[in-house]
Amino acid sequence: MNGLRGHRLGPLDEIPVGEGRTYTVDGEMVAVFRLRDGSVRAVSALCPHRGGPLADGQIDNTVVVCPMHLFVFDLATGCSLSGQPDLTSFPVGVDADRTIVIYPEVSP
Amino acid sequence: MAPRLVVIGNGMAGVRTVEEILARGGGFEITVFGDEPYGNYNRIMLSNVLAGVQDESGIFLNDLSWYADNAITLHTGTRITRIDRFAKQVYAEDGSATAYDTLIIATGSRAFVPPIPGIHRPGRGYHQGVFAFRTLDDTRAMIRYAREHERAVVIGGGLLGLEAARGLQNHLGHVTLVHAAGHLMNSQLDAQGGAILRRSVEQLGIDIVTGAHTTEILGKHEVTGVRLKDGRVLDCDVVVVAAGIRANATVAETAGLVVERGIVVDDQMRAQDEPDIYAVGECAQHRGETYGLVAPLWEQAKVLADHLTGRDPHAAYHGSRVATKLKVAGVDVAAMGVKEAERDDDETLVFSEPRKGVYKSVVIRDGRLIGATLVGDVSKVAFLMQAFDRGLALPEDRVELMFDLGGPPAEVSAAELADDAQVCNCNGVSKAAIVQTVHGGCRTVSGVMDKTRAGKGCGTCKGLVRQIVEWAAGGEAEEDPKASWYVPGVPMPKPELMHAIRTHGLRSVSSVFATLVPGGEEDAKSKMGLASLLKMMWGDEYVDERDARFINDRVHANIQRDGTFSVVPQMKGGVTTPAQLRRIAEVAERHDVPMVKLTGGQRIDLLGVPKEKLPQIWAELDMPSGYAYGKSFRTVKTCVGSDFCRFGVGDSTALGIAIEERFQGIEGPGKMKLAVTGCPRNCAEAYVKDLGVVAVDGGRWEIYVGGAAGAHVRKGDLLATVGSADEVITLTGRFLQYYRENANWLERTYAFVPRVGIEHLRAIVVDDAEGLAADLDAAMATSVAAYRDPWKERAEPVTPGQFRTSLPLVVLPQVPVR
Repeated sequence: MNGLRGHRLGPLDEIPVGEGRTYTVDGEMVAVFRLRDGSVRAVSALCPHRGGPLADGQIDNTVVVCPMHLFVFDLATGCSLSGQPDLTSFPVGVDADRTIVIYPEVSP
Repeated sequence: MAPRLVVIGNGMAGVRTVEEILARGGGFEITVFGDEPYGNYNRIMLSNVLAGVQDESGIFLNDLSWYADNAITLHTGTRITRIDRFAKQVYAEDGSATAYDTLIIATGSRAFVPPIPGIHRPGRGYHQGVFAFRTLDDTRAMIRYAREHERAVVIGGGLLGLEAARGLQNHLGHVTLVHAAGHLMNSQLDAQGGAILRRSVEQLGIDIVTGAHTTEILGKHEVTGVRLKDGRVLDCDVVVVAAGIRANATVAETAGLVVERGIVVDDQMRAQDEPDIYAVGECAQHRGETYGLVAPLWEQAKVLADHLTGRDPHAAYHGSRVATKLKVAGVDVAAMGVKEAERDDDETLVFSEPRKGVYKSVVIRDGRLIGATLVGDVSKVAFLMQAFDRGLALPEDRVELMFDLGGPPAEVSAAELADDAQVCNCNGVSKAAIVQTVHGGCRTVSGVMDKTRAGKGCGTCKGLVRQIVEWAAGGEAEEDPKASWYVPGVPMPKPELMHAIRTHGLRSVSSVFATLVPGGEEDAKSKMGLASLLKMMWGDEYVDERDARFINDRVHANIQRDGTFSVVPQMKGGVTTPAQLRRIAEVAERHDVPMVKLTGGQRIDLLGVPKEKLPQIWAELDMPSGYAYGKSFRTVKTCVGSDFCRFGVGDSTALGIAIEERFQGIEGPGKMKLAVTGCPRNCAEAYVKDLGVVAVDGGRWEIYVGGAAGAHVRKGDLLATVGSADEVITLTGRFLQYYRENANWLERTYAFVPRVGIEHLRAIVVDDAEGLAADLDAAMATSVAAYRDPWKERAEPVTPGQFRTSLPLVVLPQVPVR
């Protein structure tokens, strides 16, 4: 990861409210979600089960449901809630200019 | 130095024991002697080799490198002739001596050859043309000889004899089987079962003579025939003796071990009074029994390995309840326990259908299964074997032991299932996994389904999952309050929920959560069901929040396993034109669509389309969506109908097209697949559709509802017979609307119709007994009017990045690193 400024992924408005989009960060696929409560979450983009595209999954303010076989993952921690391996979660936020930022992995 | 383990016998029992020992960490310096010149092979498969369905190479279990890899010294072609149990050494034919600390005798058995005059030639072994059927060499020699001869007699009508007879048919023209007992497989089958097996085997072209003692093999230089006790002579030039097996215990007996029918062993498989000598497999006699099947042999090998390695000092073999399921000469046979009633109060059930070669009998004592025989149809064998093996309680209706009585296949009760039995075949969940989850504290059906994923595939096992949860919770299963809710995240059953939505005027999914859920908590898994319900209730007034849609409904295509999508254009009634076909072909070709497939619903599916290409493909196709992705009205399958078909009595294609035209894209609690067929021959499969219409003579139409032919198969119930196509369309709309308003989320019509009852449905939909018809018709008309072809949503994405890929199928926009 790249210093304290982190990766700027793009404008928040690229992601419709309540949906997710996939980004590439340092060659890694990351699914970023814009929750209905206004916050954002970022986890690894592929379901560990069969590689389902998590950004295409449905979410609420806590979890994402993989569209392939409906496995459920906690958006904040990446933890599987249905017996699969966990996802990686990334610290993510929105800048003053409404840009999505993935922070470096040192604790913010 | 590691203790020296010597195994006499390189067959299935000996090597299996070695494998089990290695699996427990080994700890021995192992030497194996085999008198056959080969590695270890699966003797059971010799029948297949004889029958030509399997190669010799396919039957070997462990090749030589396996022995080397595991540091096992293997001596093939070396017969052990003497055991010195005091010096603890074994001596081979060639005079060499090998010392042991522990000795395992696994010499198996040999063919029993009755002393029939003429069977041997002095000084030459068997008469030329006479074969046993025990080893690979026997099998090879038999095949070689049989190919050059014409008529074979097989002596012995047990399993081995039948297999030999069937196998020989591959190599020569005529096979007769001679059996001393009154019926075939007399140690496993009763007379009736044997007779039915005989019919089936005779139909294969094998002649059978029972009650026939062979008294002489005829022929001076070569075999010319066999003579039976009654004087009959059967001409033949090959004789195969398959009259049974005897334990190979000579070497043990010579060494002074206790041998009766086999080497007598205790519960640790230890030879009597010998602290360091063990016997396993067919050569061992345990509690008076010798076994000639693999299952007991596997159990013995495990116990012996547990014992020798110290893994389980209490390991003990208690004998096996022998249950066999075999294909004998192409006929399925299963047998377990006793063949026939032995006491006056034993219960017996017998079913016999000779014409089909089916025979079933079960013997019950004190409410427990003590024996069963199945010939020709072994569909119930898994259940019977379990009941037999574990002494389970039996169904009150005893006939259920023999037949599945129409219910779903999972009607075995929870307690009866084996722990490792797979309950959910879609997600591979065993009974044990479900039980563990319950014992782990999860006591609701839906909780267990979430945790284990059992019942989350096709759903047919849900009933069984419920039974297992209730059983495992021992009466402490908790009623899941969510079970009655329309969706898990909003605490209301459907009627209450609809009432609340109307009362509060809730037109969006987020407003339903905010208003009707205490705390306003959203629930991802409830969104799709709510979106469907709100769209149905509000039509054009519905406030469409795209995140409430499942991905398929966001991009109007069905997501595939690789993250691509399938595109199915509408093709009403399955009728198309050359121009349409040409356009589809051109689009598929231009975009290198990986697969073009005809669907079961009479459309054309373009599979493997990346998300970002969807709008372009729709534009080029310029056809409406076929809705092959939603919980919605899908398609109307039709037959050719009266225009061309010489049997057709009604214009099914025209009616099918009209129905599809009217109800296209209507969303519902589950998908709706329809069909119209032009006569009761039912080419369009209308009897097994959510709604199926069948033309009957006299210009009338029958309407069936609640049919299914997926994971669940059900013939629909006749709702009404009407006199015109218009009436069909009216009743179809009314039924579908009643289903939409009253079915639970994801409840298909095959569950809804029986739940509500066809009489009740008829009263509402056909007779308008509750005065709802006008409202239902009006509501459906509103939905129909709100239809927009979703594939028009292609010029401008509805949301940013609507068709942006979520997978690394193409290069994603790279984020510049600052």
